[in-house]
Order: sequence, then structure tokens, then C-alpha cells
Amino acid sequence: MSTTPFLVLSAMLFGVGAVGVLVRRNAIVVFMCVELMLNAANLAFVTFSRQHGNFDGQIAAFFVMVVAAAEVVVGLAIIMTIFRTRRSASVDDASLLKY
Amino acid sequence: MTGSETTVPWLTILAVLPLVGAAVVLLLPKGTAIAKQVTLGFSLVALAVSIAMAAKFDVEGGFQFVEQYNWIDSFGAHYAVGLDGLGLLLVLLTTILTPVVILASWYDSDGGRWSANTFFGWILVLEGLSIGVFAATDVFLFYVLFEATLIPIYFLIGGFGGPRRSYAAVKFLLYSLFGGLLMLASVVGLYVASAGNDGGPSYLLEDLMSTDIGTTTGRWLFLGFFIAFAVKAPMWPVHTWLPDAASEATPGTSVLLVSVLDKIGTFGMMRFCLNIFPEASRWATPVVITLAVISVIYGALLAIGQQDIRRLIAYTSVSHFGFIVLGIFAMTSQGQTGAAFYMFNHGLSTAALFLVTGFLVSRRGSKMIDDYGGVEKVAPVLAGTFLLAGLSSLSLPGLSPFVSEFLVLAGTFTVSIPAAVIATLGIVLAALYILYMYQRTMTGPLHPATELLPDLRAREVAALAPLLLLIVVLGLFPKPALDALNPTVDRLLQQVGVEDPQPTVASAETGS
Amino acid sequence: MSLLYLIVAIPAASAAVLLLGGRLADRWGHLLGAIAPIASFVVGLVAFVQLANGTDEALTQRLFSWIDVGSFHVDFALLFDPLSAVFVLLITGVGSLIHIYSIGYMDHDERRRRFFGYLNLFVAAMLTLVLADDYLAVFLGWEGVGLASYLLIGFWQHKVSAAVAAKKAFVVNRVGDVGMALAIMLMFTTFGSTSFEGVSAGMDQATSGTATALGLLLLLAACGKSAQVPLQSWLLDAMEGPTPVSALIHAATMVTAGVYLVTRSNFIYDQTEVAQTAVVIVGLVTLLWGAVIGCAKDDIKKVLAASTMSQIGYMMLAAGIGPAGYAFAIFHLLTHGFFKANMFLGAGSVMHGMNDEIDMRRYGALRGAMPVTFATFAVGYLAIIGFPGFSGFWSKDKIIEAAFGENLLIGVGALVGAGITAFYMTRLMLMTFISERRWTKEAHPHESSLVMTVPLIVLGALSLLGGVLLFNGWIVDWLEPVVGPEEHAELPIPATMITILVFLVVLVGAAVAFVLYGRDKVASNAPARVSPFTKAARADLYGDALNEVALMRPGQYLTSSLVYADNRGVDGAVNGLAAFVGGTSGSVRRWQSGFVRSYALSMLGGSALLLLAVVAVKLA
Repeated sequence: MSTTPFLVLSAMLFGVGAVGVLVRRNAIVVFMCVELMLNAANLAFVTFSRQHGNFDGQIAAFFVMVVAAAEVVVGLAIIMTIFRTRRSASVDDASLLKY
Repeated sequence: MTGSETTVPWLTILAVLPLVGAAVVLLLPKGTAIAKQVTLGFSLVALAVSIAMAAKFDVEGGFQFVEQYNWIDSFGAHYAVGLDGLGLLLVLLTTILTPVVILASWYDSDGGRWSANTFFGWILVLEGLSIGVFAATDVFLFYVLFEATLIPIYFLIGGFGGPRRSYAAVKFLLYSLFGGLLMLASVVGLYVASAGNDGGPSYLLEDLMSTDIGTTTGRWLFLGFFIAFAVKAPMWPVHTWLPDAASEATPGTSVLLVSVLDKIGTFGMMRFCLNIFPEASRWATPVVITLAVISVIYGALLAIGQQDIRRLIAYTSVSHFGFIVLGIFAMTSQGQTGAAFYMFNHGLSTAALFLVTGFLVSRRGSKMIDDYGGVEKVAPVLAGTFLLAGLSSLSLPGLSPFVSEFLVLAGTFTVSIPAAVIATLGIVLAALYILYMYQRTMTGPLHPATELLPDLRAREVAALAPLLLLIVVLGLFPKPALDALNPTVDRLLQQVGVEDPQPTVASAETGS
Repeated sequence: MSLLYLIVAIPAASAAVLLLGGRLADRWGHLLGAIAPIASFVVGLVAFVQLANGTDEALTQRLFSWIDVGSFHVDFALLFDPLSAVFVLLITGVGSLIHIYSIGYMDHDERRRRFFGYLNLFVAAMLTLVLADDYLAVFLGWEGVGLASYLLIGFWQHKVSAAVAAKKAFVVNRVGDVGMALAIMLMFTTFGSTSFEGVSAGMDQATSGTATALGLLLLLAACGKSAQVPLQSWLLDAMEGPTPVSALIHAATMVTAGVYLVTRSNFIYDQTEVAQTAVVIVGLVTLLWGAVIGCAKDDIKKVLAASTMSQIGYMMLAAGIGPAGYAFAIFHLLTHGFFKANMFLGAGSVMHGMNDEIDMRRYGALRGAMPVTFATFAVGYLAIIGFPGFSGFWSKDKIIEAAFGENLLIGVGALVGAGITAFYMTRLMLMTFISERRWTKEAHPHESSLVMTVPLIVLGALSLLGGVLLFNGWIVDWLEPVVGPEEHAELPIPATMITILVFLVVLVGAAVAFVLYGRDKVASNAPARVSPFTKAARADLYGDALNEVALMRPGQYLTSSLVYADNRGVDGAVNGLAAFVGGTSGSVRRWQSGFVRSYALSMLGGSALLLLAVVAVKLA
């Protein structure tokens, strides 16, 4: 079975996620798009795992999932706090950490 | 290493003693005089130990008080220390000046950024590290200690002193780090060069002296060391950190900086540049002599034009360091012995000048020459010590700097008449900058603000007296110092592979 | 003689006690200070007798090794040979008298103890200079007397003029010292030794270039110390010092050190015609230079100072002539030491009685008020103009004779100088002691106390009788071991003719002065409308102006522009580099905008670039 369609799908998902991160302002949406990119990467990992016939890719995918889960926990907590203090979830408003 | 192995590690004890003292001082309660007394006590014990070592020192014995342990085998780095005549003299300079500085700076740390305990603690740290630098016979150990001395002096300048002390401290640090970085590259290069030896890599001075470093490599590595030492010394054109640092720091810090730390530069040239890179040293001689002569005249001219007493003294040091470097690279026994002795004398005379002007400035609160006048009338002892210190700085015969300066000039004359002639003009300029300053501050009608200027106190006289006494005694009887230096210089010249030029006319007189 | 070192050690120790003793020594300091040179004189006299009666050419004492590096050896060793001996006696003898005089002169000065400390320091340094047997040790004394001179000229340093004069003297002397230092280095390089013995032994093998260089360098040193043209400018200003200082240092001893140096180095000068000629020219120019300045000054001390300069010119001239002149240079040096010290102390006595007035236009008719001062001064006056029988007659006559033997032109120059000397000294005598009184209201002239007049009387006697040194050619024979036998040159005119000629010229000079100042009234204020020559002479023949234009102004400009260049250029480059790094990082910092999405974009862009790079490498 050709793996090409899976990789194409992975690339499309990644592209959608990347564009989402770049163009959307809402932190939740940006967050979702990041998740989308991570999952696109997972898909690519699993696909290559299948193609090469070993488990390295799948193990990497698990790592990504764990990291993603951890990131959700911390990230959502941060977004919540920001929203509570400034009544906004726009990422452009939270730009104090600069020069 | 030649010389006798001692069972008691005297050198390590001498270097560690002040460090222990620093730790003790930091733990003492703040705001009392105890810390100052303890500091003075530790520095005096160190002085006593160093004098005892000098008494045991055999001038013909090569390196003595030798200790050597492996430190980092894979680099070939050792903990190796030992003293020859040059090292001994500079260690003595350090141990003599530290108690003097402590006594003179008794109240100078009040009003600094940190407590007096910190100030005196750093002074002791500096003393210990400096002794280590002058004793190190392993290039790696030397490099580490060389850089480590920056830490205490950085805090001493940056924490205590004038309004622009932060600027001065950072400038000094950056300059020194720049030089240190070049030196680090050369130190790494030495590892590469010595790795091909039979015994594996070694940073020991004696191993490196016998290592054959290629001509081109040797010259590049030489430059790395030399530039670092030239910044430290400081030579023209990398001197501009000195006036700022010396004028912003407290007088005591300036003394330690100019009289002790800067000597590491010229010491390093003699100990490491000449010993490890004899060929490159000979190659660089014309350029170095030119730079040295420029330093002599340039520093003196700038000193004449200064309005700030402390900056003036700093520029005189640029001139004096020019003489020292000139003597080293004249490559004659007179020049080098003179230069080594000059290091010691310059330490004494500049320390005296910095301290006595420090006393003056602390009374009046201004560093500008124009704010003084007629001080001689109200404070004759201060004026007298100032004049004596100044006369030693202008190398009046009968005072010790004359002996060294004349040796440097005579040694230079035998190899390069133009350099000697131009440098000799420096003695006229020296008379001008010292006496012009003396005339404007001490003589003439009394400046209104100096009418109630008190004369020197007993503590201040006690700090200055040993320096002035040494200057006079060594001026008339420099034999002990010269005897200690002669064998060191002879070995050095042998290593570099040059001989003193013979007199052009064979004199009928056979010695005297 | 093993006690030779005492000659130097006594005044040195006394100076140390006086200067370090503080107020404790105030009460007896001047007594100790005055005893010290007397004690040295006694030791010196014993040594002199021993030398004169013994068969040795010199007494020596090696004290200890001073500098010993490689082939460079310098010992502290004393050499008491005939030349040193006469100097030791002059310095300690005249010095003792001046010390005694100073007890009275400085009586009212609260810093008298320190004054005596400095004087003793001077005596010790001067004795080191003349007793050393090595050029480097001479240099020690050489700069030591320079220091003492600095301290004493600036003794009243609350006066700006005194402080400036002191500094000027030291700095100008240092210019000369450069010559001495370089000469010593050249000696070491050439002969491997700097002792008199070593240098003189090697001298005949030295090239003439070396000899000339040595001669000229030592001449430079001598010019500085002895105030010879072109380094003459400091001596007139040095009169800011107390008068005993002018007498001791700036008349009798220190300023003659240049003559000592040239005479001592006779073995060098004998090898080089060029340097000898240079010495003669310097001497001739200075003797006329000083004499001309002396004619226009109204300050009594400055007239004497100009005259000192001129008389030392005579000595240099004689020393430059070579073996025919060395002994007479020293002879004139001795007699000059007597009569000039006498006159300076006399001037001090006058000032003492006149409320420290120094302007001769405010004197006049003082002979009645100060008989002893007048009488002794008159003896000095007759000695300096060369009145037959007085000491100066014998010494100056011999020098002029030697000058004629050298060259007719030089002889005429020296002759003219004698005439001018007679003119300005007569002018001084007339304005001070004779003419009508022009005192200010406050002045109450009175004779000085015994402690001051006794030294004057002794010096007056010496000025009168100093000529006995030439009796039977004693001085010439005495100095022969050092300077070699006297040579007699062919004289263009007989010696007796020269003596008569000199006397006539002196009479003319004195007569002109009498016509101008003795018959008419002398104006109390210096006339403003005078000839350009007088103006020039009043301005020291523009020596200072020349120094200012040629050296001081360019020097000031150089230092101030260097200070500017150092701050802006060298330090500016360093600070500029720091500012550049700081500025660059400041603008790069702006990229950290804080917007998450722009970071994401740059991450994406960066990743894409990285990817492209990898692909490009793969394809290539």
C-alpha cells in the first residue's frame, strides 16, 4: 500500500495548522492549530514507521502525545489566567514580554 | 626544576593565608573595627612569612620553594609554583604593599556600595591571588590565576570609589577580558604544540621552554600572550582604561591595581613571552621597543596636560611602564635587571604618590589640581612626603627608581642609541609633570578652601614611612635586589640566546 | 684616609636630623646646621695636609658597591685628589662662612631649621659631586645639588614667583642632565666603565667621533648647571631664593660645577678639538651675554647673578682652551668663589638693612650707614674688576692671556668683557654706596650684626689675598697631576702688554660708569624711554622670550592637543567600538516584538530556509 496519501494528508494538516497559528488571534484557536500540527507530525511518524517496518516512529508519536498532553495542561492554564486578568484571549494583546 | 625541594609548602601557605583571612573577615560582624584589624593582622603575618622566605632565599639557587602536583592530566596542567629572584621581588612587593594599603584605606571603604568587611576581604583575596600569579610556573595555572585576579579588583573598583566607578570598572574588565581571551587562544595553542612531546602535553614552564614550537606558530602564540600583557601593563595604545580606573577607584585600590596587578603584565613578558618564545621575542623586538618609547614620551606628555591629580599619576605610570618594557626588550642584562628592579621601584613610588594624593584628596574632596594651592604652608609633612614621592617618580639619583631607570637606559643605549636618546628625554618631561603638579598644589598663596587643611595623621605617616624608607635605602644600596635579579636575568638571556654587546674599546681597567 | 667619608657624611647626617627632627630641633637646629660644614672643613683640611705632604697622587676610599649588573659596575668610592681637594676646601670653607652668616640673616624666619637642613643637604650633595670617582656618582651629586637648589630657590614658596623660579631651575637643569646621562651611557657602551680611571684609560683608543660626542654631551650638562648659553635663563630667576643661597649655590659653588666637570674630563676634551672649541665659544658668548645683562639691571642681586654668569663664562673659556687654561679656570673659580660670595653676602646685608629692598635705584649713599658692608663690598668690587693686587686681577689676567694665546678674536672678546664688567660693577657700587640717598620713607639702614659681618670680613680678606694661590705658580703645580702640565701658547703680544691693556680697558669701563652714574643724579625709577639695547638687556636678551616661543608654547599646544587626541582619538575609538556594539544590539533587540505570531512566522521561515538548504545540499 502506498504511503503517499497519508503523507499528503499529514502535510495538508500541518499546513492548515501553521496557517491557523499565523492568522488567528484567539489563543484557544491558535492552541488548537498547534495541536493540529503536532498531530500532523504524529501522522507522518506513524506513516514512516509503517513504511520502514520498525517501531521508532510510533515511539516518537507516543512521546509527542505525552508532550502535547502536558502542553495542553500548562498552556490552557496560562490562557485561562490571561483571560481572567485582561478579559481577552487575543494573543496579540499579550505582548509584554519583549525587548 | 632546579633548586631545593622544601618539605613545608611555604609558597602555598603564603598564598592561602590571605584567602583564609578573607573568609574570616567576611564572617566577622559588620560595622566594627575588628574586621579591619583582623585584615591588617593577616596581611602582616603574610608579610612576615614572605620576609622569612626572602631570608632563606639563595640568590644563585634558581627556582626555590618549588611545589609540583599533577592537576589535570589530560591537559598536562599542574599545580606548580616556585620563586626565582624576579618572582620573589614581586611577591615581596605584594606583601609589603598590602598592609600599607590596608592601613592607608582605613576609612576609605565607608560609604561604598558594600560593607568594609567586603572591601578588606577582597583586598586579601587579591593579595592571595597575586602571590599565586607571581609564583606560578605552570602556564595553565598562571592563566587561571591571571584571570581570577580580575574578580576582586572588579568589585573593588566598582563597589568603592568615585561617581564614575561603574564605568571605570566595566571598561577595565572588558579591556582585560579582551586581552585574556587572546591569551586563552595562545594557551590552547601551547597545548597543541606541546601535545607532540614525548611525555605528552604539559603546561610546565620548563617543559615548554624545551619544546620546539615552529617559527610561525611561535610568533602567533607570542602575540596572544604579548597583547594580553601589553593591555595589562598598560602600553600605548591600549592604556586608556588605566586613567579611568585609577582615578575612580579608592587610592588603596589604585595602588593595588597599578603597583601590583599591572606588574603581572611586565612580569608575564619576562617570565613567559621571553622564556617560551625566544625566537618570536627577538623577532618582535623592534616593534616593541618603538611602542615602549612612544609610551614613555606619550604618557609623560599627557601627564603634563592633566587637570586631575589621579589621572596625572595614572599617565605617569604609562610612561614608567614604557621604561620597563623598553628594558625588557633591550635584551641586555642591564636593561632587564633594570626593568625587573623598576617593577619593584615603580610599585613603591607610585604607591606612595597615590596614597599621599589620596590623603590630600580625602581632606579637600576634590581631585582637580586647580582646587589646591599653598598646601605646604598648612600641611608641611604632607607636602614633604608628596615631594619625596614625586622626586622618586621623576627618578632623582639617590632614590631607588633612578637605579632602575638608569640601568634600563644604559642597557638600551648599548643596543639602540636612538631609542635610548628619545627615552632619556622622558626625564625632562618627568621633572615637568611632577614639579608642575607640586607647584600648583603645594606652593603659592593659600587657596581659600585649603586654609584649614589638617596635616598627616600618625596612621597616614605610618603607612607612607615604610615606602619612603625603602625608596631611599634601595636608592643608595640596591645591591640585595640587584643580586637577586642578576642570576634570573642571566638565565633568561641565555634562553633567549642573546649576549651583552662588548664595549667598543677594550678598557685597560680590569674590573673594579 | 679612612675618615674621608666623614666629609660627606657629617653634613648629610646633619641634614637628615634637621629635616626629620621636626619642631624638636627648632631651637638648636641652626647651630647644628652651621657646625656640620665646619666639621667637614676640618676633616677636609686634615686630608689636604695629608695629600700635600704625602707622596700619593690622591687619597681614595672605597665605601661599597652601588650598582653591579653584568659588566656594569659602579662603586661608591671617594677620590680626594688635588682638584677635589681645592673644591672640598672651597665648598666647606666658604660654605661654613655662609652658614654662620645665615644664622643672622634667617634669624626672623620661622622655618630657619629647615633652611639649614636644605643647606646641609646641598653641602653634602656638592661634596659628593666633587669627591666621586665615577661619572654616575658625580651624577648623583649633580642632581642632588639640583634638588637642594630647587628647594632653596623655592624656600619662600608662598610666593608664586619663587615657586616658578625653582621649578624652572630644576627643569632647565634637567635638560642639561640629559646630556650628562647620555654621556655616561656612551661611556659605558664604549669603555664598559664609567669611572674616571676607566674612561681615561680607554680614551686614547676611542674614535674622535666618540670623544666629540662625549665632550659635547658633557658640555650640555655643564651649560645647564653653570647657566651658560643656551641654558642660562634660570639663573637670574633663581635670585628669588634667600641671599645666602644665592651666595653659596648660585655664585660660589654649584654653578661652577660645570667648570669642574669640564676640567675633570680633561682627558676627554684633550682628544677633541671640536668639543673644546664649542666650550670656548659657549664661554665667550656667555661672558659677554651675562655682562651685557648686568649693565641694565636695577635689582642688585640680578646684577650680581648676571655677573656670575659672565665670570663663569671666563672659567669655561679657560677650561675650553685646554692644558693652557685648566689651572687658571680653577684659579678663577676659587677667587670668584671668594669675591662673589663676599659681594652676595654684602648685598644681603644691604637688603637686611633696607627692609628687603632690592632695587638699587632706592639705595645710594649707604657707605655711611653700613661701613663694614661697604668696605668688604669694595674689596670684592676691586677684585672682580681686576684691580691690580686683588685676587681677581691675577686670575682674570691669566685667563685673558690664555685667550689671546688661543686666538686673537677670543682674546679681544675676553678683553671687552673685562671692560663691561668694570662698567656694571662700578655702576652697582655708585648706585648703592656712593651717589645721593634715594631711600624710601620706611628705610632705616643700619649695619648688620656681628654674626653677619664677621663672615664678610673673612671673605673680604680672601678676596684681597686670594692671589697668593698663584705665588710661585702653586695652583698650576698643584693641579698638574690631574690636568697635566701647563702649556704655553705663543702670544701675539707680550704678556705685560696684555696686562696693561686689560687695566686700561677696565679703567675705561669704570670711567664711563662714573660719568653716567657718579656725576648726575640717578633716577629713583628706571627710565622708560631707553634704547633698544637697554630694553633687550633688561629682558635678559630675550632668552626667556625665545624659550617661550620655541619650547613652552609649542609644548603647551602639543600636550593639550595630545590630551584631546587621547580622550577623543584613542579612548574615543575604544568607547566608539563599545557604542557601536551597544547600538547594534539595541537595534537587533527590536526584533523581539512580543507578538507570538511574528515569532511563529520567523520560526516557519527559518525552518523553511533550513529545509531548503538541506535540499540544496542534497541536490548539489
